[in-house]
Amino acid sequence: MQYQQGSFPIVGRQEIADGIYDFKIQCPEMAEQAKAGQFVHIRCPGVTLRRPISICQIDRAAGTLRLVFEVKGEGTRNLAQLRVGDEMDVMGPLGNGFDLRKTAGKAVFVGGGIGVPPMVEAAAAYGAKAAAVLGFRDKSRVILEEDMKALGCDVTVCTDDGSYGRKGLVTDAVKELLMEGDVNAIYACGPMVMLEALATLAKEYGVRCQVSLEERMGCGVGACLVCACKTKTKDGEENYSHVCKNGPVFDAQEVVFHG
Amino acid sequence: MADLRVNIAGVTLKNPVITASGCFGFGREYEDLYPLSKLGGVSLKGMTYQKRLGNPPPRIAETPSGMLNSVGLQNPGVESFIENDLPYLKTQDTVLIANAAGSTVEDYCRLVERLSETEIDMIELNISCPNVKEGGVAFGVSCEGAAGMVKAVRKYCKKPLMVKLSPNVTDIVSIAKAVESEGADAVSLINTLLGMRIDIHSRRPVLKNNVGGMSGPAVFPIAVRMVWQVANALSIPVVGMGGIDKWEDAVEMMMAGAAAVQVGAAMFWDPWAPVKIVEGLEHYLEEEKIEKVSDIVGTVRPWA
Repeated sequence: MQYQQGSFPIVGRQEIADGIYDFKIQCPEMAEQAKAGQFVHIRCPGVTLRRPISICQIDRAAGTLRLVFEVKGEGTRNLAQLRVGDEMDVMGPLGNGFDLRKTAGKAVFVGGGIGVPPMVEAAAAYGAKAAAVLGFRDKSRVILEEDMKALGCDVTVCTDDGSYGRKGLVTDAVKELLMEGDVNAIYACGPMVMLEALATLAKEYGVRCQVSLEERMGCGVGACLVCACKTKTKDGEENYSHVCKNGPVFDAQEVVFHG
Repeated sequence: MADLRVNIAGVTLKNPVITASGCFGFGREYEDLYPLSKLGGVSLKGMTYQKRLGNPPPRIAETPSGMLNSVGLQNPGVESFIENDLPYLKTQDTVLIANAAGSTVEDYCRLVERLSETEIDMIELNISCPNVKEGGVAFGVSCEGAAGMVKAVRKYCKKPLMVKLSPNVTDIVSIAKAVESEGADAVSLINTLLGMRIDIHSRRPVLKNNVGGMSGPAVFPIAVRMVWQVANALSIPVVGMGGIDKWEDAVEMMMAGAAAVQVGAAMFWDPWAPVKIVEGLEHYLEEEKIEKVSDIVGTVRPWA
């Protein structure tokens, strides 16, 4: 792991859905190091602890990282108040990222709600060989669909209430893709129930599946051990791993979902 | 150049800033930012004789100017530490303080005995962890428990022994005196204060352990007060901690009577905090034309 910490200027800022912000920060060295699935740890004005935010896109040529986050509380609300030209105190890149080894077939990138952002950079490596399945509560929450299409992905959007795209769960759409065959890997980020359902599907179809987890975090680098998630080894031995250092990306079969 | 060196129980630290146990892992996590040799010492993640899984998550909750944690002493056990972490730490040119915990007196004794065979510099006896069901703070909240533990461990301890005290007590001075009388070489304080937060939407405690230890700048005045009271009552060195966030806090804590300080939660918002505190102390001493940092220890002039 090689990370840095410093203040970096905000060079882009947009509200892309109600309460969901799309920031770009100028941080060339961090952008150079970053991998899909990693995160940055941001000091938000007015609160004590940093907030982990996944990397949505990496532009090494421009030296920028794109961060898409949802306002969930005081920290992210204050963060969203920052403007282009302001500086952000950022640690990163942190965590292990996705293992995006290319395989012969297709890869499916599944995002649920605010779990969608890290899927953009992950899918970029696969381009037209990527299928994206994105799930949202309703039409007003849909984000990053056009960005995924621009990468050449075959995009399916699902909403809980059917107000946009197909009605229903992402797992139904993923199952159809698996039944068609030619899928070799699933990459996912979103609510735990979604990830658990995908892990089960992946096992059933014998497909490699990586999931990106979230947990309340402290240091962000593996020193304080607060962001625990239960994992198991191949022999079934259970342990607490840590989202910041051992993750945020885990092999879905290692995760104990009701730990 | 001002002399930043301090001596704690016969161990010389190049400066009085130590990273606090539980906030700095076994030292590797911050090496991307700065070498450990910049620090006076590192108090390592609390360890037990055998591996411990720790408590279920969430293990952290934010508070105004602070945080709660309920890690519950997750650690790989002393043998894993000796095999996997100590060889690296030995090469880092900083004082190594092993934070030792357990569930029973026997646990503590065999852990301290094992650590005494290694090249660590000092043992910090953790009788103040509020996050474990057995042991931990249970030994640290009564004079009898604390004295009994120190007496038992002393027989096996071949290293300088520092006892980390809990603030969750009525009279911390009497407990400090009890451990001093049983042969503690130093005391460190304060461990975290027991606290709780509730999510008003789910009506559930934020921490899965329901309660956890509070740290951060919010607890700093309590820590200063306790360090001051304990330092006035003891003749062994006191290492002060609790909410130290900047060099001014370190000076304040030392004036209250701390021979050295530990920096913990501050690292979570500013990972450079301990290094900045060392630099700030050095600058302060030069500005004030104070020759040695130890000259400020206990120099508060209380009102009559």
